[in-house]
Amino acid sequence: MSMPAPITERGAFVPTPYRVIAARRELGDTVTLNIAPQAGALPAILPGQFNMLYVPGVGEAAISLSGATEAAFIHTIRDVGAISHALTRLPPGASLGLRGPFGTAWPVAETQGRDVLIVAGGLGLAPLRPAIRHLLAHRERYGKLSLLIGARTPPDILYPHEIAQWRANLDLYVAVTMDRADAMWHGHVGVVPLLLPRADFDPANTAALICGPEVMMRATAQALLGMAVPAERIHLSLERNMKCAIGLCGHCQFGAAFICKDGPVMRYDRIAPALAVREL
Amino acid sequence: MQQATAAIRVLAPEALQDLISALAATRVVLGPVRRDGAIVYDEISRLDDLPAGWTDRQEAGQYRLEPRTDAALFGYAVGPHSWKQFLLPPREVLFTTRQTADGLDFLPPPAEERTYAFIGVRACELAAIAVQDKVLRDGPYADTAYAARRENAFIVAVNCGTAAPTCFCASMNTGPKAAAGYDIALTELLDGRHEFLAEAGSEAGEALLAALPSRPASAGDLAAAEAVTVNTAAAQTRALNTENLPAQLAAAANHPHWQEVAQRCLSCGNCTMVCPTCFCTTVADHTDLTTADAQRVRSWDSCFTLDFSYLHGGSVRQSTAARYRQWLTHKLSTWVEQFGTMGCVGCGRCITWCPTGIDLVAEATALREAQNGNS
Ligand SMILES: Cc1cc2nc3c(=O)[nH]c(=O)nc-3n(C[C@H](O)[C@H](O)[C@H](O)COP(=O)(O)OP(=O)(O)OC[C@H]3O[C@@H](n4cnc5c(N)ncnc54)[C@H](O)[C@@H]3O)c2cc1C
Ligand code: SF4
Ligand code: SF4
Ligand code: FES
Repeated sequence: MSMPAPITERGAFVPTPYRVIAARRELGDTVTLNIAPQAGALPAILPGQFNMLYVPGVGEAAISLSGATEAAFIHTIRDVGAISHALTRLPPGASLGLRGPFGTAWPVAETQGRDVLIVAGGLGLAPLRPAIRHLLAHRERYGKLSLLIGARTPPDILYPHEIAQWRANLDLYVAVTMDRADAMWHGHVGVVPLLLPRADFDPANTAALICGPEVMMRATAQALLGMAVPAERIHLSLERNMKCAIGLCGHCQFGAAFICKDGPVMRYDRIAPALAVREL
Repeated sequence: MQQATAAIRVLAPEALQDLISALAATRVVLGPVRRDGAIVYDEISRLDDLPAGWTDRQEAGQYRLEPRTDAALFGYAVGPHSWKQFLLPPREVLFTTRQTADGLDFLPPPAEERTYAFIGVRACELAAIAVQDKVLRDGPYADTAYAARRENAFIVAVNCGTAAPTCFCASMNTGPKAAAGYDIALTELLDGRHEFLAEAGSEAGEALLAALPSRPASAGDLAAAEAVTVNTAAAQTRALNTENLPAQLAAAANHPHWQEVAQRCLSCGNCTMVCPTCFCTTVADHTDLTTADAQRVRSWDSCFTLDFSYLHGGSVRQSTAARYRQWLTHKLSTWVEQFGTMGCVGCGRCITWCPTGIDLVAEATALREAQNGNS
């Protein structure tokens, strides 16, 4: 699934200049940027892949694709540290650097004809959104589609308007659960795996796409295995420290895998032993 | 060396001055020198720069130089330096960027002007360079600067005439005789004489050798050279049994032995700094306050630091046990899956330069035996 990305001929370490086309605040600490190349065409990218976004003098962070238009990549960034802070502060017109796309994609072609279960925790919905959009754009190619979303509290739900549209779409089952409810919330409370029995899918013919905190992905995968979804059709998107994204810096190793080139999207059957080891 | 017996010559030590001078005409010539109590690699121009008549005494956690009773030029094993510091420099500018009216302008660093000649590359070091080639040059993305330095380097190998007690290249099949990857390979002959057997391993090596004062090698010279590396291999006291080791280490992830090593390991990262195959790097970003140009600089990193595995919320490898496990398991197990070769060539540097004398051969063997005991 991994493929060498088109990298500027000046070397895989040198970013390409991009510009912010639009910036939208999603949540208190989360911003979505539409970014386009300063010159030339937008490279091809697949749902699940990521780019390295560079703020001059500050640094570079791995950010998954959260959507794309004809002319722009869309990235959703949570402000958690120096680099992500600088990225979330970029106004329209601001310059940044980009290397990518990198990494493996969600298996949207391989899962045709199957029921697809999408499980997102928190910001994990961002890397899944291009896959959801793809599934809905080619709805007839798939069986039953379910989207299960977990968030900390109701105001932490990402993309609420788009979720409402998806909910209105009768061909996609959507369920949302909260770690903690508030007075306004009348929906589910509890961890995401608790939603699994509510979704309608045929375990033997289901593919699961999961992205969120590692504990949530582990618990969800375990629950799916318990429901007899085959391990090789459970796909997780993993996160590790990344400095280069091109297999050269060593930081993203997870057992024998380099998350930047063998991931971030990995098959559960291939990583289950490594996921079971603490501090790997 | 296969095709050309004609390319096997015998040189007097003085001919190495001609070799150095010929290489210095177009290259920066690097070789072993004695400095601050160790044999390190640095620029050389004269034969006298080499540590003639010195040897090293190495043990786990120990290194010191001693005079030899002869004038051998290469009568020691490997020291704290390796050729990695030239092919993959400890600090390197990746690019400079500047804000212009049109947006960002990215300027790659100027192309490398210097080409190197390495004098005295040991068999394990050739193996280490071949390992780094697989990692840095032959993957889906190449480090093009590494590849260029590597491509341009002229390599004069030296077959080892002495092994330190920390050496275990024979058990790793990486030495002590250089098998491939050199332009010229020298064997120092000290059997009652002081001469060098020189074999060309490339056309460039053959051409250079032909220009040096030399005589053809006799059957006796060839036998004497062969005896040097046979004796060096026989003198090695450490050996790592690698049979099935990758699978055994992979299965030992939760073994309590990692905790035991962690009681001795200071997590200082010395082992990764001296290792000729360790390739991990980090980056730092700076802004020049006067020009407003920003620069990205890459430097060596170590999997023994807490920051290495940092993710928002905390490092993945919090404990020293997890970090030592990452290092040893990478070297001897996962590296094989990743690159089709072990990440250890048996040079022994990590053993010598560990301040507490932790021995990867002993630790790997202990884990193997513990696994065997379990099964
Ligand atoms: C494949 C992938 C996809 C991702 N997708 C997204 C996404 O879509 N949206 C999103 O918001 N995030 C995403 N992330 C996470 C994102 O890359 C990180 O949150 C981001 O790098 C944080 O950078 P920061 O500097 O803001 O935060 P920090 O957490 O402060 O720092 C991150 C970096 O700084 C270094 N660092 C931190 N503290 C120290 C210290 N004390 N000393 C030295 N170095 C330090 C770390 O080594 C690390 O590389 C993704 C990550 C991966 C791997
Ligand atoms: S792990 Fe130790 S013995 Fe092996 S190549 Fe590295 S420094 Fe040498
Ligand atoms: S094994 Fe030795 S050299 Fe390596 S980090 Fe631990 S104490 Fe330092
Ligand atoms: S991020 Fe550098 S090797 Fe994967």
